[in-house]
Amino acid sequence: MAEYFIDAKGLQCPGPITQLFKQMREAQSGDVVTIEVTDQGFKRDIESWCKKTKNELLELKEENSVIIAKIKKG
Amino acid sequence: MREDKKTIIVFSNDMDKVMAAFVIATGAAAMGDEVTMFFTFWGLNVLRDAKKKAQGKSFLEKMFGAMMPKGVEKLPLSKMNFLGIGPKLMKYMMRKKNVMMLPEMIKQAQELGIKMVACSMSMDVMGIKKEELIDGVEIGGVATYLGEASEAGVNLFI
Repeated sequence: MAEYFIDAKGLQCPGPITQLFKQMREAQSGDVVTIEVTDQGFKRDIESWCKKTKNELLELKEENSVIIAKIKKG
Repeated sequence: MREDKKTIIVFSNDMDKVMAAFVIATGAAAMGDEVTMFFTFWGLNVLRDAKKKAQGKSFLEKMFGAMMPKGVEKLPLSKMNFLGIGPKLMKYMMRKKNVMMLPEMIKQAQELGIKMVACSMSMDVMGIKKEELIDGVEIGGVATYLGEASEAGVNLFI
C-alpha cells in the first residue's frame, strides 16, 4: 500500500481534480492520496468526485484556507 | 444511456464560452467520464492551428478564413470585447489568478482522452480544411454526434 501527496495549492478549477485523477490512475486499490488545495470550491467538489469515481474520502479538513483531503483508492 | 458519457457541442468561438466548455469537458474526464466535443460553425475556429496552412483554397474560402479568428489565441469575448482589449485583460487576470489558459486546457483535454470532432459540413461551408486543424482532431458528421449523444447522460450546446 503506497501513499502519495499532491500539492495543488494555487491551482484553479479544474486543476486539482485533474491532478488527482491522473495520480489515481497510477495508484493501486487501497493506496492513499493526500491533496492540498486552495480553491474553495474543492470542498464540495471532492465529495462529488469521490462518490462518482467510487473512491473513499477518508478525511477532509481545512487549515489556514488550505483544504486537505485524504482519499483511498477504491 | 450511460451516465459515464458526456457530449458537448461547441458552436461559439467566444473565448469565455469555449473556456466553459473545456472546464466542463476536462472536469468530466477527471470524473472518469468518456467525453466527446463536437466543434461546429464558429467553434471550428478554436481548432485552427495558427501555424498551419492549407493549399488549394478558393478566393471566398481564403476570405472567410481571414475574417475569422485563426486559432485559440485569437478568440474574442462574448461581452466586453472592446476590439480585442477585453480578451487581453481577461488573459492577464487568468494568468494572475493562475487559471489554466485555453491552449493548455486543450492539451490537457487531449491527454485525458477527450475526443474532439470537427463537423465536416461546417468545415466545407466555411472553407476550413483538415490540414489547418490542430493534431488529433477527427472529422465527423451529424450521425457521429447523434450516435454519441443518444448514449450520453449529459449533452451541452455552447
